[in-house]
Amino acid sequence: MTDTTDISHIRNLLTQVQDPEVPVLTIADLGILRDVEFVDGVYEIKITPTFTGCPAMKAIEENISEVLVENGIQNYKVRMVMSPAWTTDWISELGREKLRKYGIAPPSQSTEEHLKAILTGKNKAVACPFCGSVNTRLTSAFGSTACKALHYCDHCRQPFEEFKCH
Amino acid sequence: MNTTTENNSALFEYLLRLGDTSLILGHRLAEWCGHAPILEEDIALTNISLDHIGQARLLLDYAGKIEGKGRSEDALAYHRDARQFRNLLMAEQPNGDFGNTMVRQFLISVYNFHLYSALSKSADAELAAIAAKSVKEVAYHVRHSSDWLIRLGDGTAESHERVQQSINDLWIYVDDFFNGDEVDAMLVSQNIAPELNAIRPLWNETVQLTMVKAGLQIPQVNSAMRTGSRKGNHTEYLGYILAEMQFLPRAYPDAEWL
Repeated sequence: MTDTTDISHIRNLLTQVQDPEVPVLTIADLGILRDVEFVDGVYEIKITPTFTGCPAMKAIEENISEVLVENGIQNYKVRMVMSPAWTTDWISELGREKLRKYGIAPPSQSTEEHLKAILTGKNKAVACPFCGSVNTRLTSAFGSTACKALHYCDHCRQPFEEFKCH
Repeated sequence: MNTTTENNSALFEYLLRLGDTSLILGHRLAEWCGHAPILEEDIALTNISLDHIGQARLLLDYAGKIEGKGRSEDALAYHRDARQFRNLLMAEQPNGDFGNTMVRQFLISVYNFHLYSALSKSADAELAAIAAKSVKEVAYHVRHSSDWLIRLGDGTAESHERVQQSINDLWIYVDDFFNGDEVDAMLVSQNIAPELNAIRPLWNETVQLTMVKAGLQIPQVNSAMRTGSRKGNHTEYLGYILAEMQFLPRAYPDAEWL
């Protein structure tokens, strides 16, 4: 049994898998789920890591297995693909909106702009997810998880997290 | 040896150099866990450590596959001795004070930034993919360590003096970054690795930019430069790191987290 219906069925099932660290997002919103293919009688689920040391990748693999097994799919394997490298540019518009509502600022610039800004030191201001003001400042580029930075809004006087450009 | 074997052993060596530098620097930064001057810095240093260890895992895993003797990332990390390690001498230097750690991080991160940017165009697709992923993490390490260099260099008289002293002390390990050998030459000829001579001016420029902003001086210590990491000639510090890092998997070879 291998037709496109099965593949889109599996893809649909997998869009329910949440990110363990940011449960408001699914692995599809984040762009971690790269592809589903049927190769030699096995469904190959291709995922790509976000940060190299992200401890959530293991949990994501386990969550994918859980969803598939619960739905009676046994002939699958999860494969990690490295290229092209994951980027926050792949976070969907819906994903960005969900992040904002959850209180996390979505990435403020594209990866390319960000890499240029590293050498020049000119970074775009991050809009506060609570009040929308850009009167904010970076407190630390490193936060509670590898993918987040800490900011402070000088307008509504709230600390907030930003999903880092990557 | 046939050509494929020679190519593979050069690539294996090269991957060990990159992977070991990440692993040893990641381990050094992890020593800060619970000891940093403020909570945000504790989190930052361990986040940077996590990035380095993540990069080391990918590089050593790939090295094991290229070697083709069935050695895993763990076998390479935990079951080699100091002379078999290929990390840059800079990476194994002790943490010292916070400024010292930041100088070490800054000098290596700027190097990694330009090296990985070039490697992301490598003819070896797997290495290019790892480099493209890593360079985005390294960019944050460059920014963080540059910010601190400026803050300390342009801070109080004491912070300025101490961070300048760290630069003077660590500068003797800079030539080791660029001291390429036949492995580099072979991979350069196959477009797998970049010319280190092309990386050095980029490195100089980025370092100089921050140094000027920080009011810090590049020391003149060319005669005392230490090199040798590519042949496994290390400073005395590596043995102590390995003794701690490798103790558990050597004492209990099949131990697993449960």
